[in-house]
Amino acid sequence: MSNNEKGTDLEPRSSGADVDQAGAAGPERFDNPGLPTHRDRATDRDPAAARRAERTVIVLFALSVLGTIGTVVAYIMVPTGESVENMRLSNLLLGLGLFLSMFGIGAAAVHWAKTLMSDHEQAEDRHPQRGDAETRQAAIAALGAGAEDSGIGRRGVLKGAVVSAVALAPLSVAVPLVGELGGDWNVSKFRHTLWERGRRLTRDPSGDPIRAADVTIGSVFHVIPEGLREGDHADHWIEEKAKAVVLMVRLDPADLTEAEDRRDWSYEGIVAYSKICTHVGCPVALYEQQTHHLLCPCHQSTFDISDGAKVVFGPAKRALPQLPITVDDEGYLVAQDDFNEPIGPSYWERLK
Amino acid sequence: MKAIAARRHHRHAPMVLLLLALLMTGGLYAAFAPSAVSAAAPSEDDIAAGRALFIANCATCHGPSAEGRDDVPSLIGVGAASVDFQVGTGRMPMQMDGPQAAAKPPQFDQEQINQLAAYVASLGPGPAVPSAQQVDPALGDAANGGALFRTNCAMCHGAIGAGGALTEGKWAPSLADSTPTQVYTAMVTGPQSMPVFNDANLTPDEKRDIIAFLEEQHRGSPGGITLGSLGPVGEGVWVWIVGMGLLIGASVWIGAKSS
Amino acid sequence: MSQTTAQRAAAGTADYLDQRTGISKAVKGFARKIFPDHWSFLLGEIALYSFVILIISGIFLTMFFVPSMGLIVYEGPFAPMNGLEMSEAFASTLALSFEVTGGLLMRQIHHWAALLFIAAIVTHMMRVFFTGAFRKPREVNWVVGFVLLILGMAAGFTGYSLPDDVLSGNGLRITDGVVKSIPVAGSYMSYMIFGGEFPGEHIIPRLFTLHILVIPGLILALIGLHLFLVVLHKHTHFPGPGRTQRNVVGFPLFPVYVAKAGGFFFIVFGVLALMAATMTINPVWNYGPYDPSPIGAGAQPDWYIIFLEGALRLMPGNTEYVIGGFTLSLNVLIPAVIIPGILFTLLAVYPFIEAYATGDKKEHHLLDRPRNAPVRTATGVAILTAFFVLLLAGANDIIATHFSMSLNDITYIFRASLLIGPFIAFWITKRICLGLQRKDRELVLHGHETGRIMRLPHGEYIEVHKPLDEFERWTLVQHEPNRPIEPAPQHDERGVRRKGYRRDAIRARVSRFFYEDRVEPVTPQELSRAQAHHHGPEGLVGTGDGTVASVDHGTTDAYRSVQAGDAGTGQGPVPSPAGERER
Repeated sequence: MSNNEKGTDLEPRSSGADVDQAGAAGPERFDNPGLPTHRDRATDRDPAAARRAERTVIVLFALSVLGTIGTVVAYIMVPTGESVENMRLSNLLLGLGLFLSMFGIGAAAVHWAKTLMSDHEQAEDRHPQRGDAETRQAAIAALGAGAEDSGIGRRGVLKGAVVSAVALAPLSVAVPLVGELGGDWNVSKFRHTLWERGRRLTRDPSGDPIRAADVTIGSVFHVIPEGLREGDHADHWIEEKAKAVVLMVRLDPADLTEAEDRRDWSYEGIVAYSKICTHVGCPVALYEQQTHHLLCPCHQSTFDISDGAKVVFGPAKRALPQLPITVDDEGYLVAQDDFNEPIGPSYWERLK
Repeated sequence: MKAIAARRHHRHAPMVLLLLALLMTGGLYAAFAPSAVSAAAPSEDDIAAGRALFIANCATCHGPSAEGRDDVPSLIGVGAASVDFQVGTGRMPMQMDGPQAAAKPPQFDQEQINQLAAYVASLGPGPAVPSAQQVDPALGDAANGGALFRTNCAMCHGAIGAGGALTEGKWAPSLADSTPTQVYTAMVTGPQSMPVFNDANLTPDEKRDIIAFLEEQHRGSPGGITLGSLGPVGEGVWVWIVGMGLLIGASVWIGAKSS
Repeated sequence: MSQTTAQRAAAGTADYLDQRTGISKAVKGFARKIFPDHWSFLLGEIALYSFVILIISGIFLTMFFVPSMGLIVYEGPFAPMNGLEMSEAFASTLALSFEVTGGLLMRQIHHWAALLFIAAIVTHMMRVFFTGAFRKPREVNWVVGFVLLILGMAAGFTGYSLPDDVLSGNGLRITDGVVKSIPVAGSYMSYMIFGGEFPGEHIIPRLFTLHILVIPGLILALIGLHLFLVVLHKHTHFPGPGRTQRNVVGFPLFPVYVAKAGGFFFIVFGVLALMAATMTINPVWNYGPYDPSPIGAGAQPDWYIIFLEGALRLMPGNTEYVIGGFTLSLNVLIPAVIIPGILFTLLAVYPFIEAYATGDKKEHHLLDRPRNAPVRTATGVAILTAFFVLLLAGANDIIATHFSMSLNDITYIFRASLLIGPFIAFWITKRICLGLQRKDRELVLHGHETGRIMRLPHGEYIEVHKPLDEFERWTLVQHEPNRPIEPAPQHDERGVRRKGYRRDAIRARVSRFFYEDRVEPVTPQELSRAQAHHHGPEGLVGTGDGTVASVDHGTTDAYRSVQAGDAGTGQGPVPSPAGERER
């Protein structure tokens, strides 16, 4: 059962000299008793059992054939159709057919192997992975001869030239690739959104402007800037929307704590905050009317809308940026200005 | 036609037309307005019966004249819609103090709820229970409702209303078993943590679109069992239980010696 | 003469091929190659077959998917989407689900197979880890497998984002946020990924190329390497009678494994078809087309990325710092980069750490029973515990609603669990392993309890124990005891400080951490002493626990070192029953 190559690492490890000294009472390790005697299966002993097993295998293969036929029939008879119910039925029948067609083959093959193919365990020798000393010598000699041939060892400048050329060559692909991947690389776009003085707050997604009077206490409005899809930025409205979405609520002014320098950023208890989380940028939108807490469903940062949208729980550090608002002559809510800081997650040069 | 044409010149014609116009406006308003005008106006008896129910079941917390106290809200001005939602979903009367009132089998029948609603509505003007037409999913646009739902509702209730967690043990309930009326009254009254969606925020038509979208979900998923519509977490659990479970079972079968 | 036409054709084909390729040599070498049989050796096959099924179903899907972020208005049979503006990627996903008969089935098979692929890789990796199959000469293959795990996760992540739905779009947005937090280069890396500002119009086509070409190409190549190394090394086998380090015991590739392993492919395909037929997965039609404003509750990635989500959720936010005007978001970097970095690096280099601690340069082809490597098993369980806590933390909102708990409380609990859970798991697992080893010793020394009580002539009652036969015993005593390395003395014979002593001492400390607490296998002497003590009609009769224990204490050289306390495990002395040696 073991091969007889000498000098391999495969010898059982001696478990220590101390045992040897004490080992007057016999060997220090048990001997491997060798393969246990083989026990015949029912199908080995009983031809009837073997015939039964064979029949089972045949039935399983036949089941697979039926499954394939079933799939084809289902494909023709029950196309996906127009209604949800029909789509579900089509999916179910095709899938069950495919299941039978595949599982039948699998179960048949395994049952065949288990019951009818030989189950006498056999042993095969292993050989150590390393080459023997002679092969190693030959390999080293071959490499040495090649190196000698090329003269790489002697020609130092040549070696440097080869290495630098090969190392630099990928740059001729990588530089243009990486250079182009980032578009215009103008990362200062992070700092600005569409909001500007006088731009109306409108409902998302309809774009209808909002009157201050319509915002009742306890309501929450999901807001986008007016004219989101018009003008110069029409091609990039989705990037602009990704930065400009705002959540607006009205609180009882008595509940509202406002910083001194932001007193005029709200309008009669109506406050508007960026909807983009300062953690990693999910839309923060779970507004709890009673606690005035705003929860991010992604990582559960919680912001207190009644207190400058400060973080009260979770992995965000900074308060949500506030959009200063007021009303125009017609009573519609408008922005006073852009946010006074970049919205969304932090980045290295954010404050620069 | 001639007769009518002749009468157009009658000196009372403007008056008649004005009357007709007013009647039609009133009729249309009755049909479409988001108020209780369409429902039979509650009688004095209903209000009285509602008051009796209120005193017996609600006044302990909300006060004998529904004025509220400490942490219990006043019910003056919350409207019939609020009563219909809170009592109709079993949230009120509240079983016990907790992060929020849970839905449970309602304790009153619809007639009693209507009486309570009539009493509370009589305390001050507030949102009324919507008409059957206002909440008829067949009249709504499910696709538009879906878009509105995703913007306004999905963050709490999940993509198709399976529910979700809020802070400190509060939660947004599943909408699977909510009736169209309950969905509507919840939007106009903003129960508990939920914000109010007034008619300027979501118009009555838009509310009906949302109801239509939610009704569409009762058809189930084209892909089979929904697994609770919990998203990737549910799928992850099931791929281990069903997928790895069955296949490890198959592995053990393949690896086991045949007897 | 008796040859049929078919046989003649087969012979002709074989001859044709052999003359051109010499294939007879390969057939001779491989056809009857022996593979060992064990159910846990099939876990890797589940992963392999999932990958094949991913390719089959993936080809189907690429025929209909349009990787474009151009906007169109959907007109189709699915009412809740009708008339909505969406990207072509999303619209084509709807079309291939609802208008292509069988398309939905293939999509669901593809996604279930993706989840199963990683689940099977992880389970397979657990098997390899806990049985020590990564030891020499298979360390390289462990690293290949580890890279396959990472690539599998990358394949899953890129594919998950392709339909351009709200759920995966918010996942991309989180990715963007994480990338931006990288010091110095963050903003530029975000631009590089998205071709400008998030979301841009490039990300879907880019992910598509990665998903259908680059990553599967790499996976395919590495699977080839992985399997090549398996064949080269020959499969490991579990210890048992007749199995040694120098042989492999099992059944021939042809026909047994062609049937079993080949059949298993069809079983995996069948199970995936059954799942896809009955269980909805990733219903993007519920999530809706991507728009930067909406978000759904239950915002999670697929299960194998949830641990990252969980780490992000657990991290307290006050770790964002501004240094010299620059923002350093440790509240994002630690959970998204550093914690996974530590866990994955530990996993990748574990074979090398263990080899360092063992000082063992031998080839290992016999697997360890996990109990026989307590520190390794405990380390594995500790890493898994950390992953599992993070996984649960990533599902904390679902846990909150399903078990009526407070989201905030769960977060606090998981924060604590992440810090102490792995250590508790390590300690408990190690104790369980040592206990199981002692149980093995008991069994070898005293045999199976039979439940038969007999009374000896002098009135003593004893329970008859049935001794183990040599085959059963071998499995319990075959393993090599690993002992801590002793550093060579600090000073050489001439009393000069030896160079490299410090290095050796560190190594000895690591080695002690691994092997200080151990239970060694029964030796023949111990067994014969135990048998000599036992008396009675069947030769091997225990006389009750008390007697046996005291006898063993007398007959084995179990002793306790006074240094047992500073074993580097942080554990105090433990009771030392029969045979446990601590030095």
